[in-house]
Amino acid sequence: MTKTKIAVSAIKSRRNALIILLLGFSILSLARIFAEAPGISSSVTFGGAIALAAPVAMAGLAGLLSERAGVVNIGLQGMMVLGTWGAGYCGWQFGPWGALLGGAVFGALGGALHALNTVHFGVDHAISGVAINLLAPGVARFLSGLLFAGKEGGTLTDSPPVGNLGKFTMPFLAGGRIGSIRTTDLLGGIERSGWFVLADVAGLLGGVFRGIAVETAILLSMVPMLWYVVWRTPYGLRLRASGEKPSAAESLGVNVVWTRWSALIASGSLAGLGGAWLVTNVGKYQQGQEGLRGFLGLATVIFGNWKPVGVLLGSILFQFTESVRLQIGDEPSLAFVLAVGISAFSVAVYRTYRKSWAGAASFLVASFLIFLYLNSVDRVDDKLSATFPYIITLLVLIFSSRRLRPPASVGLPWTRGQED
Amino acid sequence: MIRRSLSSVTTPLLVFGISMALSSVALLIPGYNPITAFSAIVENLLTVSGVVTVLNFSARYYVMGVAVAIGFKMNLFNIGTNGQYQVAALFAGAAGGSLSLSGPINIAIVIVVAMVCGALWAVIPGILSVSRNVNIVVGTIMMNGIAAGLIGYFLRTWFRDFDDNLTAHTKTIPPDSRLPTLNPILELLGLEVPKSTNLHSFVLISIIVGVLFYFVIFRTRFGFDILASGRNAAAARASGVDARRMIVITMAISGALAGLAGMSVLLNQAFEYGDRFPLQLGFTGISVALLGRNSPSGIALAAIVLASIEQGSRGLAVVGIPQEIGQILQGTLLVVAVVTYEVASRRAKTKAIQMASNVSVGQVAL
Repeated sequence: MTKTKIAVSAIKSRRNALIILLLGFSILSLARIFAEAPGISSSVTFGGAIALAAPVAMAGLAGLLSERAGVVNIGLQGMMVLGTWGAGYCGWQFGPWGALLGGAVFGALGGALHALNTVHFGVDHAISGVAINLLAPGVARFLSGLLFAGKEGGTLTDSPPVGNLGKFTMPFLAGGRIGSIRTTDLLGGIERSGWFVLADVAGLLGGVFRGIAVETAILLSMVPMLWYVVWRTPYGLRLRASGEKPSAAESLGVNVVWTRWSALIASGSLAGLGGAWLVTNVGKYQQGQEGLRGFLGLATVIFGNWKPVGVLLGSILFQFTESVRLQIGDEPSLAFVLAVGISAFSVAVYRTYRKSWAGAASFLVASFLIFLYLNSVDRVDDKLSATFPYIITLLVLIFSSRRLRPPASVGLPWTRGQED
Repeated sequence: MIRRSLSSVTTPLLVFGISMALSSVALLIPGYNPITAFSAIVENLLTVSGVVTVLNFSARYYVMGVAVAIGFKMNLFNIGTNGQYQVAALFAGAAGGSLSLSGPINIAIVIVVAMVCGALWAVIPGILSVSRNVNIVVGTIMMNGIAAGLIGYFLRTWFRDFDDNLTAHTKTIPPDSRLPTLNPILELLGLEVPKSTNLHSFVLISIIVGVLFYFVIFRTRFGFDILASGRNAAAARASGVDARRMIVITMAISGALAGLAGMSVLLNQAFEYGDRFPLQLGFTGISVALLGRNSPSGIALAAIVLASIEQGSRGLAVVGIPQEIGQILQGTLLVVAVVTYEVASRRAKTKAIQMASNVSVGQVAL
C-alpha cells in the first residue's frame, strides 16, 4: 500500500466513524422524542455511563496492553479482585490516594504472577489466567479475615470505610463554581431545550463536565496516556513488536522477555486501578464488588479492535445500558430498547440497499421482535438488559471478526531464542 | 518406561509438597501453626460424614472435570461450563418441578433435558467458532455473561415458584423423582450414618462417566480423532478428520456433561434450581481438569483432592484458623501444578532431543 492510499483509507475510516456516531445520536434522539423519555440522553445518564465505564475501560486497557505484548490475559478478573482488596486496605490506612495506589500495586502483583507463569515458565496463557482468577478471591478473603474482621466497620467480606476524592464540575460549560461565584451552565441550557441531536450531544458533554468524580477523571486520563506510550514511544514500538512477531523483534535486539514482564505488571496495575475505582465509588471494599467487569474488559478489547479509543467507546456503550437502567422511571429503559430496535431496522434498510438479502431479512426480523417485545411489556427487565453487553460483543464478533485485527502472535507459546 | 511411570508419581508429589510449603508460609506470616492447621484438616476428613461429603463433592467435580477435559484433549478451552451447567440446571429444574409422571421416567426426562440444554448452550460458541471464526474462549465467556442474565430473568418470571415469595427458585421436585441416597449400603457395611448425611447415588453416575470417558477416548475412532486433532491439527486434517465437525461435537459433549454434573446438586441435594446452587462449579471443573492432566484417573484424583481440601478446611474454625486457607491451598496447588507440569514436560522434551541428536551423532561416527 502506498502512502497516499493509507492516508485515504485513514480519512475514510475517520469519516465513517463520524457518520456512525452521528447516526447513533440521531437514533437516540428519535427514541427520546418518541418515548418522551429525556432521561435516556440526559447528562445524568451519560455521566453515570462514563463513571461506570471507567473501571471496565481500565480492565480493557489492561487487556490491550498485555495482548499487544503478545500475552492473553484472562486473569484480569483476578487482578481486579486483588486491586479491590489492596484499595480497601490501603484506602482504610492512607485515604483515597492510598486506595488508588494500593489497588495498582496489588493488581501489579497479580500481573507479575501471570508474567512468571507465562513468560518465565511458558505456561499456557489461558490456563495461567484461570488459575489467577481462582487464587485471587481466596487470597482476598483470607486477608480480609486477618485484617478487616473485628476492626471497626470491617467484616470478613467488607473493609472499614474508605473516603473518596470528591467531584468536579467545569465552570461556564456546566455551571461549576469559581470560588463562591456561580457561572453559566451552557451545556445544561442546550440539554433542557430538547433540540434534535444537539440536546443529546450536550447531554453527553454535560456528563463529562458536570459532577465527574476525580477518580473517574484520573482513570480516563489513562486512555490517552496509554495510547501515547504504546504508539508514540520506542518502548511502545518494542511492545507491539513483541506481540506481532517476537522472534523478529528479538533478532533486532528487543528484549522480549523484559518487555512482556513490564507490560504484564503494568497491565495488572491498570486492572487493579479499575478495582480501586470500585472501592472509592462505594466507599469500601466489598467481596465480589468487581462483578464480571474483568471479563467485560476482555470483551471491550476485542470490541475496540485492540485500540485504546475503541476500548473506551466499548466500555461506555456497554455501561450505558447499566446507567439507563439506574435512572428513575421505566421510560429511559424502554426508550433504549426502542433505540436498539430502530438501529436494527436501519441496518436492515442499509442491507437491503446493499442487496444483502439474508442480512436484511435477519435484521428485519430482529427489529420486529424488539418492537413486539416493547409492545407487550411496560418495563424492561434489568436482568435481561444485563445481557446486552455480551450479546453486542458476540454480534460484533460475528459480523466483523474478519475486519478485526488482533496482534499476530497473541497467545502463542514462545521462549527466548525460538524461531518461528 | 520405568522412568516415565516414576515421574508420574514424583511430579504430583512435588506439586503437593511445594503447595503445602507455600500455604505453610501463608499460615506462618500471621502466626498460625501449619501443623495444627493440616492436622485439623485431616481430622475433619476422617469421619463418616466427612468421607461421604468428599465422595459427593468429588463425584460432581469429576463429571465437570471430564466435561472440561474432553475439550482440552483437542486444545479446545471450554471456559463456559459454568454457564452451561446453570442453564441446564435451570431448565431441568423447571421440567422436574412441573412434570407429574412417575418417578424413574421423570428422573430420566430431567437428566435428558439437562444434557440437551447444556449441549445446546455449548454448541452456540462452537458453531460461531467454526463458521464465523469467533475465538472459543471469548465466545464461551460471553455465553457465561448472557447465561447469568437470562437465568435471573427466567427465575423471576417464567420458571419461578410463586408459592415462595422469599427466595427465587423453581418448583421443588417431588420426592419420587429424586435420585436415591446410598445410605443403606453404608449401613450394610456397619457404619453409623449421621442424620443429615446422604451418600449421593450420583457417585455411581460419575463412575459410569469415567469408564465411558476412558473407553471413548482410548478405544474408539472418535476418541482417536480427538487426540489426533489435539496433538497436531494440521496432520489430523490431512488424514481426513473434519475439524469443524469435531469442534461442534466436542463442544456438545462437553456442554452435555456440564449439564449432567449439575444433576448431582439438583436431584441429590437441592431438588430445586435457585440461589442456593453453587456459583462456581463450572470453574472448579476447569481446575480439576488442569490438575488431573485430562486423564480419566488423574481427574478422579484431582477431584478427590480438591473436594478433600474443601471439606477438610471447614474444620479449621474449631482451632481458630480462618478456613479461607483452603481456597488458598487449592489455588496454590493449581498454579504450582500447572507450572511444574510445564517445566517437567519441557525437560523431558529437551532430553529427548538431546538423546536423538546423540544417536545421530553416533551413527555418523560409525
